[in-house]
Amino acid sequence: MTDIAQALARIVGDAYVSNRPEEAYFYARDPGLMPSHPPDYVVVPKSVEEIQDIVRLAHQEKIPIVPMGAGLALTGLVIPLKGGIVMDMKRMNRILEVNEKGRYAVVEGGTSQGLLRSHLEKHFPRLRHSIPDSPATATIAANVMIHGQGRLTQQYGFNSDMICGLEVVLASGEVCRIGSPALSSDWFSKGAPMPDLSGLFLGWFGATGIITKIGVKLYPRKKMRDVEIFITDRQDLVPDMVYELTHTEMVEDINVFAQPKPMIFKDNHHITLFFTGDTEEELEFKRKMIWHSLDRFIKAKDGGFMGVPPVMKPTLLDMPQRSVSRFADVKKGGGFEYSGPIIMVDKYPDCAQKILELAEKYDLGYSGMARIIGRSHAMMYGFAFTFNRADEEMMERTRKALHEVSEFALETGGVFWKATVDEQKMAMDKMDPTTLGLMKMIKANMDPRGIMNPGNWEVDE
Amino acid sequence: MKYADIVHRCFRCGYCKFTGDYTDFNCPAYRKFRFETYSPGGRMWLIRAWLKDEIQNSDRFQEILFSCATCANCVEHCVFTFSEDLVNIFMAAREEMVNSGMIPPPVRDYLKNITVNGNPYKLPAAERGKWVEGLGLEPYRGQEYLFYVGCVGSYDERAQKMARSVAGLLTKAGVSMGILGEKEACDGNEVRALGEAGLFEYLARQNIDQFKALQVKKIITLDPHAFNAFKNDYPDFGADVEVYHYTQILAPLMASGPLSLKSCEQKVTFHDPCYLGRHNKEYDAPRTILKAVPGLELVEMERYGENAFCCGGGGGNFFTDILGGGEDSPARLRVREALDTGAETLAVACPQCAKMLEDAVKSEELEERLRVRDISEIITACMA
Repeated sequence: MTDIAQALARIVGDAYVSNRPEEAYFYARDPGLMPSHPPDYVVVPKSVEEIQDIVRLAHQEKIPIVPMGAGLALTGLVIPLKGGIVMDMKRMNRILEVNEKGRYAVVEGGTSQGLLRSHLEKHFPRLRHSIPDSPATATIAANVMIHGQGRLTQQYGFNSDMICGLEVVLASGEVCRIGSPALSSDWFSKGAPMPDLSGLFLGWFGATGIITKIGVKLYPRKKMRDVEIFITDRQDLVPDMVYELTHTEMVEDINVFAQPKPMIFKDNHHITLFFTGDTEEELEFKRKMIWHSLDRFIKAKDGGFMGVPPVMKPTLLDMPQRSVSRFADVKKGGGFEYSGPIIMVDKYPDCAQKILELAEKYDLGYSGMARIIGRSHAMMYGFAFTFNRADEEMMERTRKALHEVSEFALETGGVFWKATVDEQKMAMDKMDPTTLGLMKMIKANMDPRGIMNPGNWEVDE
Repeated sequence: MKYADIVHRCFRCGYCKFTGDYTDFNCPAYRKFRFETYSPGGRMWLIRAWLKDEIQNSDRFQEILFSCATCANCVEHCVFTFSEDLVNIFMAAREEMVNSGMIPPPVRDYLKNITVNGNPYKLPAAERGKWVEGLGLEPYRGQEYLFYVGCVGSYDERAQKMARSVAGLLTKAGVSMGILGEKEACDGNEVRALGEAGLFEYLARQNIDQFKALQVKKIITLDPHAFNAFKNDYPDFGADVEVYHYTQILAPLMASGPLSLKSCEQKVTFHDPCYLGRHNKEYDAPRTILKAVPGLELVEMERYGENAFCCGGGGGNFFTDILGGGEDSPARLRVREALDTGAETLAVACPQCAKMLEDAVKSEELEERLRVRDISEIITACMA
């Protein structure tokens, strides 16, 4: 072992530090298409104190440090671009508190979405959190760090809008609490009514600090949940349809998908509507409100509700939807990647057209999926392409298609979600220079040694 | 390597690591080591890298591959169409490593002992039937069933007690059966799991020849591992026998009445053996037996049935101990989970689980609070 490895072993124990080729290989890459780069060390800490000691060591030795949840962003955000230490957070997965009446939970920084879902179902069946459709191993902290979305995003915004406090280890090794827990034992706010400092960390991909605890807002979990699908071949009308649906305030979540396979899906846009109720009466009332909101489109023969086959419902109602991961093996190749810009809902027709063009141009399997954010305030449009991991040429075509998506997204007024390093550079090039200067100031002050996930959100001179 | 055309298809989404309801990470090797490399997805990506010569066969790589308990949790929960082959892929990689001669020393020693001695304990075949002394059980000579005990039941002190208990109970229930005694040979389930396909085939054919020579039609196994090999793998080599785990014979007898039971108040939780449960989908028989005991309260652990957490002994780890040791060893985690149910008895139906969990109870210093008992031992103690 090297001196650094030995120092790390003294902190976390021999068993939880590695500088072996096997870990270097695995943690050098994610399931997406970004180039790999190996870490020098991988550590799996168990406590905040261990993380503090690791960060202090990294600070002293000027070693890059990259916190990692499940590594499922697909855009290379936990690939250690400059080597150093990858810190796998998943040993810190305790649920520390659930405040039932205050509707929040406090969890450790490596806690998975699946674990919190399971815990709430078993012990607090009237509570839920906004679970994303990334695999259940995805961690809550990493998801908010990238401004992820989930099942409650149409109602409450980004998942990062649904947090109520943070505990962060800074680049100096100090522990800092953000929001109400900075001065209270109660976790009910990430900022207000004080200055909201959570923005110093959220969206920074670990480039300003490592989340060790997170307060998550919980919401009422109704006893019943159902799904309807409205089908239209008029992509130009989808924004109007979504506008009407969001006006009802009856919908839990709105996803719109379009994909060529199976054949029954081809050339149509499927507005998938999830809704909930505590009674059959409540559920039926909401169903009717949702149906009636789209009456004018039905009368104009621009679309209609399909009867969702019972066999299809468990797949759609699954949380997270395991079928999302299955998309990776459509080509029997184990790979998919998507670019998911956050963009206005009225750009849906442009996005739907663009993905068709790119799929044809690069001969790729695709799925376009929009998740509505807020009451039609924006959407995440996922340009998803599946590829065969054993086919380098297909992977290259996919990279090119995704690059075109990035250019298109910027031109169309969108903002990159979980931006790749290249997209971060494109965003910073286009950004208001004063804003860029502010980002630079924040990064320089919060990470003066440049050790925190370096390569990400780096502002060049 | 067999399955080389599949390994690139893993997306490493991680569903394979979990229980179906996401209660906890349920891959025993990942749960202990906590690096992604020790998870099923990690193995898939490393096997591919190894086949592409991007990493080499090293001590670490061997530990990663051979710490897999072949518990099939990944098979149960992987979302892809190739899920059924996951354990087979890991065993195929082990086979390549065995063929290259680059395997962990405990694996090498295990395989060598089977080859030389016919058992992993380096004990003579003459001692194989010692467990039965005083029971009056006769050699197999055409009885309805052959009672196959296996290496662990024959030689391990704890497992011998279980073998005697099961044999005694079946006899009391009037089951007509005989044993092979010193003529019994290793079933080879762990040989196959450890990647020695040639030796496994040799053992399988040897056993099948003997079964045929003795006109064995039905087999009762003590060990779910042997049950699995006989039921699922031996037919490929021409075996034509009905195979039962002993719980499958006992369960219907509980209702039909040959065993008279007294009231036996106790709280019991049951640990599903992977090779009975996930590998062979038998979850009901053990529970049927336990529920038949008057006064016995059966409580489930948080992870049970298809979500049961492996004791860490599968895939040869019972013998190689690559997965054992430390506070986060699967067996120690499992007995802590059993304790959380409030049960005073942890019921098992596998000699390997019995040994693993009993040792874990000692390591956790829980002897005063939790006892490990085979199902037959519980029933025997509750007989009127």
